[in-house]
Amino acid sequence: MSFLNRRYFLSKSGLLLSGAAVALLAGEDALAAKSDKSTGEDLRILNTALGAELEAIAAYQLGAESGLLQKPVLDLAVTFQGHHKEHADILARTIGKLGGKAVSAKAKYTFPTENLKSQADVLRFAAALEKGAVSAYLGAVPLFGNRELAKAAASILGDEAMHWAVLRNALGEAPVPSAFMS
Amino acid sequence: MRGVLAALALACALALAAPSASVAAGKAVYERCLACHALAYDRTGPRHCGLFGRRAGSIAGFPYSEAMRRSRIVWSEKTLNLFLADPLKTVPGTSMGYAGVKDGTERANLIAYLKQACQ
Repeated sequence: MSFLNRRYFLSKSGLLLSGAAVALLAGEDALAAKSDKSTGEDLRILNTALGAELEAIAAYQLGAESGLLQKPVLDLAVTFQGHHKEHADILARTIGKLGGKAVSAKAKYTFPTENLKSQADVLRFAAALEKGAVSAYLGAVPLFGNRELAKAAASILGDEAMHWAVLRNALGEAPVPSAFMS
Repeated sequence: MRGVLAALALACALALAAPSASVAAGKAVYERCLACHALAYDRTGPRHCGLFGRRAGSIAGFPYSEAMRRSRIVWSEKTLNLFLADPLKTVPGTSMGYAGVKDGTERANLIAYLKQACQ
């Protein structure tokens, strides 16, 4: 896939994610109405996801400012960071709607900067985070008491999976190495 | 004959209880943890180096859930195996909102990897 086509693809995926976000927000009344004992657990899951999204934003910032990324890969990183910002925003708003307190970004994150010496290093680092994010959301989806939240988390999962595939492709690796994720 | 059968039964039981764990396969399973965890430093989740023998919720400054701090778990192969199979059932209220590693062999491999990763 050329980077031009990839940009088009990403643009389309962004539209899809926005659609899911709108759907979640549209379901806010349903979220509020379903408050019960499972809400506390849902809130913990959402806050953990938010914490990871905030770290991902910081990681992409590190990559973008590293001087190691060349265009169009740099644009790719900034685009993906934008997606994570959207994820974080919707998660924080949902946590607030459910009566919880959203976690804030840390003042400082630890990253393995000593291992980031080239564009490929940064891409591998980002790909590992994105793959982990897919697994994390995959492990969270079945736990939500509120199925609307599960649906929204699955939507984010899909976006993270696309990030992972595109990053692998940029590294010259098979973008989708297997039929299933775990 | 009865002795042979008993020996076979014992061998089978031991095989089931202690499957041959693969560190390499465990490293692949650990990739699932990388959204939140790292071996050497704290992230959304706490670091894994020094895990074995450590009391759950005990890394200074890490914002553990109250449930984890009060769990009184000391991490070992046995407690990790239990927790990883179903974190929320093992420690209700944990921040680790993850369904778990359901496959026993994958858990054994993951634990084998964690045991040697920081040595």
